[in-house]
Order: sequence, then structure tokens, then C-alpha cells
Amino acid sequence: MKNFGKRFGVMSSLGVTMGHFFDTYIVDLVKGRKRYWTPEGIEARRQADTEGIFTIQYPEEQLPVPEEFRVLPFLVYDEGENGEKNLRCTACGICAKVCPPQCIWIYRATDPVTGKPSPHPAEFHIDMDICMNCGFCAEYCPFDAIKMDHDFELASYTRGESHLYGLDKLMKPVSYYESIRPVNASREAAARAEKARPKA
Amino acid sequence: MTEATLVNPLETLVEHFPSGWVKKDDRPGYSGFIVEREHLLDFARAMRDDFGFDYLSMVTASDYLAEGIFDVVYYAYKTIGGPALVFKVQVPREDAVVPSLVALYPGADFQERELWDLMGIRFEGHPDLRRILMWEGFEGHPLRKDWKEPFYEEDVKPFKSRWPEGKPIHADDRNPFNDNVQYPTGFDPERWVPEAETLLYSGLQQTAHYEEFKTDELIVNMGPQHPSTHGVFRMVVSLQGEKIVDLKPVMGYLHRNHEKIGERNTFLQNMPFTDRLDYTTSMSNNFAYALAVEKLMGLQVPERAEYIRVIMAELTRIMNHFFATGFLLNDLGVYFTASLYAIEERELILDIFEEVSGSRMMCNYFRFGGVVRDVSDEVLKKIHNLIYDRIPRKLDQFDAYLTNNEILRTRCEGVGVLTADQAIALSTAGPILRASGVPYDVRRADPYSIYDRLDFDVVTGIHGDIYDRYLVRVGEIKESIKIIKQLLRDIPGGPILAGKPAYQVRVPAGESYGRVEGPKGELGFYIVSSGKPNPERYHVRAPTFINLTSLAPMSRGEKVADVVVILGAIDIVLGEVDR
Ligand code: SF4
Ligand code: SF4
Repeated sequence: MKNFGKRFGVMSSLGVTMGHFFDTYIVDLVKGRKRYWTPEGIEARRQADTEGIFTIQYPEEQLPVPEEFRVLPFLVYDEGENGEKNLRCTACGICAKVCPPQCIWIYRATDPVTGKPSPHPAEFHIDMDICMNCGFCAEYCPFDAIKMDHDFELASYTRGESHLYGLDKLMKPVSYYESIRPVNASREAAARAEKARPKA
Repeated sequence: MTEATLVNPLETLVEHFPSGWVKKDDRPGYSGFIVEREHLLDFARAMRDDFGFDYLSMVTASDYLAEGIFDVVYYAYKTIGGPALVFKVQVPREDAVVPSLVALYPGADFQERELWDLMGIRFEGHPDLRRILMWEGFEGHPLRKDWKEPFYEEDVKPFKSRWPEGKPIHADDRNPFNDNVQYPTGFDPERWVPEAETLLYSGLQQTAHYEEFKTDELIVNMGPQHPSTHGVFRMVVSLQGEKIVDLKPVMGYLHRNHEKIGERNTFLQNMPFTDRLDYTTSMSNNFAYALAVEKLMGLQVPERAEYIRVIMAELTRIMNHFFATGFLLNDLGVYFTASLYAIEERELILDIFEEVSGSRMMCNYFRFGGVVRDVSDEVLKKIHNLIYDRIPRKLDQFDAYLTNNEILRTRCEGVGVLTADQAIALSTAGPILRASGVPYDVRRADPYSIYDRLDFDVVTGIHGDIYDRYLVRVGEIKESIKIIKQLLRDIPGGPILAGKPAYQVRVPAGESYGRVEGPKGELGFYIVSSGKPNPERYHVRAPTFINLTSLAPMSRGEKVADVVVILGAIDIVLGEVDR
């Protein structure tokens, strides 16, 4: 076989291509219709033993993203009892300092009574045109207040102002965070509970 | 090498030269030797010929504004392995002229041009000292410390305006042209004559007329927009018929002054920026940068983190070599079949990167002293499946598909030949160097991380042609598989980061150079710290940029269609070439 290959290199190459071609049919026949358009099918097609057609037909089919997947940051808020939105952010400014392209602007709120800075952001802006999706803000925020989103379908008709996200676009409930990053969320919740315990 | 130098190690090097020529660099945190400018050529010649430092890996410079000097820094190695010889020339900023080393080490060509372009250091005797990355009409030398870019805000990050009074501004709004260009005063695009272009064309070698065909010499611009150039890259070729007489690469279309950005950033902030150099191999880029900073900080990386790092670096190598081989076939005109087969394997590896780092290509996974998060057993299982089952199988298929294919062999064998001597002289690195028969691999020659404990072979070629480069890449995939198998077997438990995660790291003053054997060659980061939160100097030794020095010597005398393949076999990524 080896010698055969040496003398008929092109033939053996074509053999490989043909093999690939026939595989696409054989695998489809063996695995059946479930191979396409179903989550199991998509999962099966990205395993190490997959053969045949490899392509995922985006947007009809979508690859599931892993938990750590990061696109744009968002601010997490806890839902209060009366539906109020309690941002976790304390306007400490660490994320703004660590952000490599410097695309976070935080305006710290002042307490209306005392006039002293209060631990809330009055304004919070992220320029999504500049954000490089590095995840540092989420990594170094000491209050689990800023997290990376999974939503990657971000095309829009305009740029500039519309990509300068303010609080309205940045705030998302903690339930959403728990839904996209369940493992991280529960680990962080446990760590916070642990921290709070000795004091109580 | 004479016997005298074998018994005279570097410690006594100063005594070899008349007094006053060379002295030790004894600033704290610095190493190497300071050579007098007048004696640089003699010194370098002695180093090359008598001491065996035949491989000038990196030339760079740093600007010490306060002292009013430029340090021009040279890193030379022996191709038989061992530590670096670092030598420097100090010149005053007002009189920044240094003798060029191109005659001794042709590989310094592009690097000296880069220094002229970005630092404004003139290299006397350089055959072709033109700007290389910036555009021809550009004024000033942007890496000088007193140069300020159009959107200049502050010298260093974090910028003060961000917090606590953050009011966002669009950088675009502050520039009258609404894009990031600064024009020289009095610049009129209508009347501007790109003189450098004329210089470029007239710099091409000429030949005597071909008698047989009576052809004219023709100058052709391939690129910047050309599907074969792997990005925005231009080759100016002068042709006699189909034959290439001379070639000059023109680059810089993707230049964003990575190094200036790096000097504004804090040490940590540079990590995600390194991803954007060679955007296909971000894990290796992270690795080299982390090494350089860790060297300065004196950090010890935990065992498990070392294993994870090397696994990721080797997966990157596998992925890159698959990709490069697939696209080599593209350049040969096979259209997309081979590269799509290769991309399948790449996708599966990217899935793993995505799972551990959160991003397929912009991994940003390494931190000083470790990695950002642990690798779960599930992921290790996935890597296991790939390494033990899929990749060897697919590699065999690739082998059957390509290695003995007559068309591939005819197109690649004996094309783009680089002899071992040339490859060393031109400072090429990685598969190019090894395909020419030089067994130089940083993992072996100057081991970092845990490579000294791993069992693998350095793959070399014999002929130094494109076919051997292909074989070296395939061979290296096999070696990487071997390495990852050992790592998966032995990976210990334990922490993955030395100390606590910190966004402000203290980096003691000094210089350091961290280098790894990246998939494309020796990738190094030269860093000078002054003890502040931001690097004083941040330089990237980009392997593909320096490998491009060999493009012209490889292409002369070849057919024009082969140039595309020769370029493809260098495996360039413009993000790294242009920085
Ligand atoms: S680091 Fe966290 S808490 Fe501090 S300002 Fe940023 S989001 Fe708010
Ligand atoms: S992801 Fe990175 S670039 Fe984007 S806002 Fe966060 S720190 Fe800044």
C-alpha cells in the first residue's frame, strides 16, 4: 500500500477526497435525520469522533456556547421585593482602571443629603465600539457587579452614539446572570455567603 | 570558533578587547555589555566569527528621555544553543546614528529599518533605510517618548477622566478628519509626491537583458489587495518574463503601533493586546509575554499552571500547523479542500480554548504567575480524545492526502530554497530555520517553563525548500502530540496562580526578554520596567516579521506563481508583521 501511494500520489489524494465525500452520505444515512437541527445532533457533530458534514448551519442551527464565553460586559442588579433594581456596583472604579482600552466611564453618585460621594454609579458608560471583550472588568470587580454577556448577535444599523451603552442598556437582572453562568453564579454566591457569615 | 573562546566564557569577555571598547552593563536589573559605537562592527564581527554567536535574533532600542540617550539593544545567540549575548550601544538622542549590522547579520535588515522608522535611529551603512511600517509621508518617529499621537490623552493608563467623573467622549469627535490620521503641516494630498515609492522601485535589482526572449523588465505590484498575500501586504516584484529578478515586500498597512500602546498600558493590560498580534496563536503570545514579566518579577509559576500553559501552547502549535498547511495548499491553487479539512481540526481545538478561556481566538488566558482559571476534567477528557484519537488519525489522512502527491511535490520541491547558512544569517526562526537543517528550537536551545522535562524531538528538514517546511510542520504536529500525551499523563493538582489575582502588579526596575518557540518561530517580548505600573519599553520580536527578511532571497530566480507559495510557506500573519 505504501508503495502504491508513492507511485500514485494523486490517486491516493483523490481517494481521500472521495472518502470524505462518501462519508458525508454514509454518516447521514447511519445517523439519520437527528443529526441536523437538533441540539443533540449539533453536540454530536462537535465531538472528537465526528465524521461527515461538519458545518453548523448558522443561524438556523446555533452552536451552544460554553459558560466562560465572553462578549460584552453588563451590570448585574438584584431584584428587590418591590421590583426595585439594586445595582451591585459600588462605583469603586476598579473596572474603569483595569480596562485595557479604557472604554468604561463611571460617574460616581453623591449623596443628596451630605454631598459626599455615595457608593453608587450615577452614570455608567461603556463604549462597545472600543471594548475588546477581554473580560478584565468582570474578572477584577470585587463585588461581582459586572459580568460578561453571552449575546453575540450585536449587529446594528448605526455606530457611534448607539454603541455607547448607558445604564439602561447595561443593567440586567441577576436571574439572567444565573441563567447564562450557573456554575460561576452559584460559586460566587457561596463565597459571598461564606464572607458574610462570621460577621453575622 | 577558536579554542581561546571556548575556554573564555562571557564573564571575561571585556578583557578580550582593548580597554574602553566594551564594558559590562551594570545598571541594576540590566545585563549584557555596552559597546562603544565606533567599535560596534569590530565587536560584532568578533562575536560572530570567534565566539560563535552566529544568530542575531533581535535588534531593538529603547528611549531614555530623561538621560537623553537611546539604547540600541542586540540579542545574539549561538545556533548550537545556550543563553543570549546581549550587547548595547548607547547614543545621544540628538545624534542617533549607529553603524548598521546588516553586512554582518543580514537578518537585521528589517529590524533596523523598523528602528529608523519608529525611533528615528539612523543606521549608517544600511543598504535600504526607508520607513517600513509607517506611511511614506509620515512625520516624526512615534516610539520616541516625546511623540504624541492624534488622540493623545495622557502618558499612561488608567486615564484620569474615566472615574469618578466619567463623562464619555468619542475619540472620533475630537479629530477634524474623523479618522485616526495625523498629517504633516502643510500637507496637501493633491500635490503630494510619494518619493519613497520611486526610491522603492529604483531600489530593485536590475538584470542584463535576456537574450533568448527579448523580454522587458516589468515591475508588478502584488497586493496590497491580493488574495494570495494573507492580508494587506504588498510585494513589489520585478520580472523578466515569468522569472523574478527582485522582490521587495511592503508592509505596515495594518500597523497600529502596538508597542506605543503597550507602553501606555499597565503590565496586565498588555495581556489581551498580545492576543491581537498573531491572532491565530494567542495562547503562545500570552505565554511569551507572561514569561518576560515573570522574569522581572521573579515569580514562580505553580506546577499545574505550567502544565496547563504548555498544553495550551502545544495545542496552539498543532492548530497553527494544520492551518498553515491547509492554506499552503490554497496558495498552490488547490482551492479550499485541504484548508477546510485542516480547519475542522482547528475548530475542535478552538472549542477547547473557548471553554477554558472564554474566547476562541482572543484567549487572554495567561496571568503573571499562572493562568486565569483551572481546566476542568471534562476539558482534559476532550483534549485526551483529540490527542489520542482524532488528531493522529486525521494527521495520517493528511499524510496520505498530501505528502506523496506528485503535484504538491513538483510545486514544492526545490522551490524557495534557503540554505542553512542563509537561514541563520537572515535570522529566520521556527519551521523555516529548521527546514533548512538547523536544529534550533527555543524549547531545546534555551528551555523555558517545563520543556526541559519533556521528551520530544526537534524536527528538521534537509533541503530548506517548501516541501521540507511542510514536512517539518507535519513532524512538529506529531511531536506536539507526544508532548501533550506526557502532560496529560502527569498533570498534577494544585493551585493555578501564584498568589492572589491582582490587577496592579509590582514589577521591579530592569530589563528582561522572554521568548518562546511559537508556532511561527521565536516569539519574544523585550520589556524595560522603571518600577512604575507601566512598562518603560515594550518590544515584540515578531517571528513572521523577521522571517519576511528571507522572502526576497528565497524568491529571486523563481517563477512569479511560486512567490505566492513561498510566502505561504513562511506562514505570515499580518497582525504580527505590522503590529
Ligand atoms: S469594579 Fe465592579 S463595583 Fe467597581 S465600579 Fe466596576 S462594576 Fe462597579
Ligand atoms: S471587557 Fe475588557 S475592554 Fe471591555 S469593558 Fe471590560 S475591561 Fe474594558
